[in-house]
Amino acid sequence: MDWQALALSIELSLVTLVFLLPIGILFGRWLAYRQFIGKALLQTVLALPLVLPPTVLGYYLLVVFSPNQGLGLWLSNTFGTTLVFNFEGLVLASIIFNLPFAIQPMQRAFASIPREIREAAACCGMKPGQVLWKIELPLAWPGIVSAMVISFAHTLGEFGIVLMIGGNIPNETQTIAISIYDKVQAFDDQSASIMSFSLLLFSMLTISFTYWLSDRSEHLHV
Amino acid sequence: MKFALQEIAEAFHQDSGKNVRISYSSSGNLTRQILQGGPFELFLSANTHYVKQLYQQHKTLDQGVVFASGRIALLTHKNSSLQLDEHLSGVKQALKTGQLQRFAIANPIHAPYGVAAKEALQQLGIWKLSYPHLVLGENIAQAAQFTSSGAAQVGLVSYSLALAPVLKTTTRSLLIPASLHQPLHQSMVLLNKAGNTSKLFFDYLQQPKARGILFRYGYSAP
Repeated sequence: MDWQALALSIELSLVTLVFLLPIGILFGRWLAYRQFIGKALLQTVLALPLVLPPTVLGYYLLVVFSPNQGLGLWLSNTFGTTLVFNFEGLVLASIIFNLPFAIQPMQRAFASIPREIREAAACCGMKPGQVLWKIELPLAWPGIVSAMVISFAHTLGEFGIVLMIGGNIPNETQTIAISIYDKVQAFDDQSASIMSFSLLLFSMLTISFTYWLSDRSEHLHV
Repeated sequence: MKFALQEIAEAFHQDSGKNVRISYSSSGNLTRQILQGGPFELFLSANTHYVKQLYQQHKTLDQGVVFASGRIALLTHKNSSLQLDEHLSGVKQALKTGQLQRFAIANPIHAPYGVAAKEALQQLGIWKLSYPHLVLGENIAQAAQFTSSGAAQVGLVSYSLALAPVLKTTTRSLLIPASLHQPLHQSMVLLNKAGNTSKLFFDYLQQPKARGILFRYGYSAP
């Protein structure tokens, strides 16, 4: 069992969530309540990772962050590094890759809050921040939690893009999915099966936890 | 082997009028697919071990032959100021001064050219020095891609890739002495499903015309 790779994967998933939570709430709420020019285009762009192969995103990240030109050159001159072959690069890739998984459930959750409730809160003198904190978030939280759990599990299982831009560095970019792949390549079936089974169990637990949470919250609200 | 093999397949088509369809993947992946009944007729690998494994599992017509020998080369982006020499003293110096941050090789756990690269680095006494800087390609082509894009400053890749026209325009390379690593035997074996065309291609690969192409791509006689 490659504990280091598992720990790295969990860390990657958690760091990704830290970014995705505010992004998801912001965009989810915005898309749920507002009409604006270009909304359809924005929604299309945000949903793209659902259908694009990870190799497409991996390719663009490699091109953009190549230290020979443009942004990659600037980054490498300024910080001495770019976002290829390091943990930060994987975080960026995971955020992009999980956008629809984070935003869409949150958008649905915010959209399902009746308009009258929000208006009533505003009429009672609550400021927009208070409405968000005291009315919207408590009502939308099952959607938010399930968005987070799905994004977490999805990052844990991310493979193609990590293979393309990671460089397989232990404790930096060698995630559990990559480690399993290496074991399979080396015909080390015993390690591969232990790790695969652990990941299977872990994923099942995570997803049953979401369902349990959302069931429980529905009982609370009804 | 990809670029050389493409050219040989084209020459074979011109000479015989017959077509071969080539599937490129790591030896580990292909061995697994063949063991599980994949529709392949001829198997080429830089790792004799996999050929032996298929023979032992009765998936081949015979024990196969070694048809060429591969070499490794040091590769860097053509804009790089790195000094390339047979004993890697330029690389060693750059590692010590911190000028060299990322060093690409194929994964030595399962890729034969990665194993050869590791052996060479060990022979030269710079394995420990370079280890923290290594990025591992899933296969040798990915290691070359990491280097040609400049994402890694230097790479140890197959000489045949270094000679390929697409890489020659963006990189500089230097052949590493064969004495620094175990021979890289390129083996091939006809599989149980082999048809007439595959058998002809198997013979063709051992004839002077194919040998000439292999030679041009940096392979030597077995």
